[in-house]
Amino acid sequence: MYKSPSWVRLSGLVVTTLLIVSACSSSSSSDEARRCFDDPELTAVTFDGDPMTFAGTELTMLAYDSFFVSESVFEAFEEQTGILVTVLTSADTGTMVSEAVLTAGEPVADVMWGIDNTFLCRGLEADIFTPYVSPLLEDVADELQLDPFNRVTPVDFSDLCVNYWSSALDGPAPTSIADLAEPQYAETFVTQNPETSAPGMGFLLSTIAAFGEDGWQDYWSRLADNGLAVSPGWSEAYYGEFVAGGGDRAIVMSYASSPIAELIFADPPVEAPPTVALLDSCFRSVEFAGILAGTDNPEAASLLVDFLLSPTLQEDIPFNMFVFPANQRAELPPEFVEWAPLSASPLTLAPDVIEANRDDWTEQWTEIVLR
Amino acid sequence: MPGLASRVARVLAVLTVGGFLFVFYLLPVSSILWRGRSWSVAVDVIGRGATWRIIWFTLWQSIASTAITLVVGLPIAHAIARYKFRGRAALRAFVTVPFVLPTVVVATAFLSLSDRFGLDSDPVRLPGTAWAILIAHVFFNVAVVVRSVGGYWSQLDDAPEAAARTLGAGRIRTFLYVTAPRLRPSLLSSAAIVFLFSFTSFGVVLILGGLRRVTIETEIWRYATQRTDFETAATLGVIQLVVVVVMLAANGRLQGRLAVQERTRPPSEVERVPTGVARLGLFGAVGLALVLVGVPLAVLVERSMSTGDGYGFGYYRALGNQDARIPLLPVSGWEAVGNSLSWAVIATLIATVVGTVAGVVSSSRRRLGRVTDIAFLLPLGTSAVLVGFGMLIALDDAPIDFRTRWWIVPVAQALIGVPFVMRSVSTALRSIDPSLREAAATMGASPRRVWREVDVPIASRAVVVGAAFAFAISVGEFGATTFLARPQRPTVPTAIFRLLGRPGDLAFGQAMALSVILMLITGTAVLVIEKMRVVVAGEL
Repeated sequence: MYKSPSWVRLSGLVVTTLLIVSACSSSSSSDEARRCFDDPELTAVTFDGDPMTFAGTELTMLAYDSFFVSESVFEAFEEQTGILVTVLTSADTGTMVSEAVLTAGEPVADVMWGIDNTFLCRGLEADIFTPYVSPLLEDVADELQLDPFNRVTPVDFSDLCVNYWSSALDGPAPTSIADLAEPQYAETFVTQNPETSAPGMGFLLSTIAAFGEDGWQDYWSRLADNGLAVSPGWSEAYYGEFVAGGGDRAIVMSYASSPIAELIFADPPVEAPPTVALLDSCFRSVEFAGILAGTDNPEAASLLVDFLLSPTLQEDIPFNMFVFPANQRAELPPEFVEWAPLSASPLTLAPDVIEANRDDWTEQWTEIVLR
Repeated sequence: MPGLASRVARVLAVLTVGGFLFVFYLLPVSSILWRGRSWSVAVDVIGRGATWRIIWFTLWQSIASTAITLVVGLPIAHAIARYKFRGRAALRAFVTVPFVLPTVVVATAFLSLSDRFGLDSDPVRLPGTAWAILIAHVFFNVAVVVRSVGGYWSQLDDAPEAAARTLGAGRIRTFLYVTAPRLRPSLLSSAAIVFLFSFTSFGVVLILGGLRRVTIETEIWRYATQRTDFETAATLGVIQLVVVVVMLAANGRLQGRLAVQERTRPPSEVERVPTGVARLGLFGAVGLALVLVGVPLAVLVERSMSTGDGYGFGYYRALGNQDARIPLLPVSGWEAVGNSLSWAVIATLIATVVGTVAGVVSSSRRRLGRVTDIAFLLPLGTSAVLVGFGMLIALDDAPIDFRTRWWIVPVAQALIGVPFVMRSVSTALRSIDPSLREAAATMGASPRRVWREVDVPIASRAVVVGAAFAFAISVGEFGATTFLARPQRPTVPTAIFRLLGRPGDLAFGQAMALSVILMLITGTAVLVIEKMRVVVAGEL
């Protein structure tokens, strides 16, 4: 008896599944989606009872993979509220937000830490957060409070800036982004792919903010002609191409706080950082926390959001994540005060503008850089 | 006839193993593909010329990687299988080391190598080319060929080769016409695995391939995670599955058609001390392994020891001391090592149990066997992102929310380890000469006794080979441990990743030191597992 070979049957199965799947899918188109900062008409979580009300509750917080605070920090929260916190980390911010969108309404955690201004509207448009107005918001600068409906609460900020290794430069240091396209800096700059790296996206957005939505393309063409290198991620750029890891490029896209880390983790110890952040090149990154919609414990989660914004946790984050606390009452470590790694006039773009144009911009970028 | 009890046990075993695959692979993957279903997006994606270029590049780079890995791995496999020499076990463990290293670590070693040898400027600009991808794939996967072909080879009786030589055939002729056909089941088996690894390779393509080289895997990742576009990702996921199923089915059919019953002998009776030309061959093979695997690893060792004040162990000491005012890691490097080992032991146990049952089932030439074989290989050929995202939406309705359980991490690692154990076991079982079983039966052994005396010893050696792989994979596995990991309990790969995310000499130095420790642990663990294999083989 002839039997069709197993691969014919298996692929038949796949094709049939595909056809069934596709037949059911035509009805899924929705009306014009609500925009990011339109009123979501959601009721905010409120709670002003005894903080020990939820003693014994276990909360889960979802964060990106580089999230890290001292172990004792959440013990302080447990002492105040009796709530036990488990931190789960996903991969990068984009992956974390995609996971939250995928599980919207049925979240893996109660609170999310770390959605940033570049992904904010993707999360907001997918309704993954429940609004909550933390009393501690009065200690947070207005310009960080980007969501008028308080679905997310700012928890930290930092600047993504071009860095250079002073002693590795042949001539004078660059003073602006525009300089990087000059022949003097040919083959010396490495940045990251904006589609795979947050600093890479930061630099692309800096250039769009600096040269305008119609001017950045020309700048990037000149940059590409000037021997630009592009790495997939920060580590590959910093430790693969930049002089820090033995590479031969003297200028890298990184963070305003990188020189402080170079100072603290120098071996042998140094008096001053070997690198300098070019503060006119910085894109301001703001990160937020939010209560995930669908959680069983919204009120307990609101206590956790308060805690995330409290000086206890806020003072712990500079050295653990090299970012600035959003709470202005949080005291900064002396190194952060002395080396002041922030731009006085950072470049920025509105989250809804970023979300609306992101794919288009990265596609244009890819074409320009690959040409 | 086997008794009812053993038949029930067999059905139960098959159901458990099938259930494992269903719950942790089939259900998640079909959920995410279903979630991303969209006819219009599918039509659009398939209609794009770019999609076909990506499929083509993915296919050719994985086929080329597989072919080169086979060519490079065979001489090393031969030396290990046939020659008795000092350091043989160490060499076998040594080639396994790359398997566990995080891609980003290897990639920085590669970048620094091409920098040092002037391969990153014209006329030879290696990084960013398809060649860089191929070389890295060979580096990572050569262990598959060396270990599984070598293991299979070592227990083949060498009488046919001896006969061919006596009849006047030269070495090359003997290899081509006698040895190669006998090795085919094992060659095909490891080729399938190397193909799948290269096909779904992510970090290597992203880091060494540059912007221009994208594969189905990297595109699925980009659309699913960075663009939150599950429709495009699902379409690409279906394409990936179709290609993998077709390739695997072809491979499986070739295997079934070619399977030959082999006379096996304990390796100790076949191997010999090399002399003359064989000695040269041995030197060549060892040299090849040392250059291919040793040079990039040496770069890591060198970098881990070049501290601010000359060469030394400063970074290793610093790893153990994370209680400074500003720690680089939440726990000491040694705790991370402990975490990695305990995950890996659990994952290896799961993979070994599931893989052995799957191997026994798939060794049957019947339909169930072939389907089992393909089904358990599929996870190797499926985008890790789709499996991970699928788990997030498929396992939330279960009686308990599986998604945030700690054991989901070793389970996900085991999913990748199972195919190694399975293929190793099924290849060994299929090659058993039926006359061995018949002889035993004729002499009055019950079927159970035949199984115990003939099949089990041969299979258990294969189980150990597979388990060593499963272990190595879980120690180095990174994707599953970042999928909802617990940051206060970092594993070695997540700790390395964390260190490499920080500027500063100490961070980089400690990352290199931890990579070297990861190498040493893997090498040692593989050696230890192999000792068990000697004990098992001794029963023969």
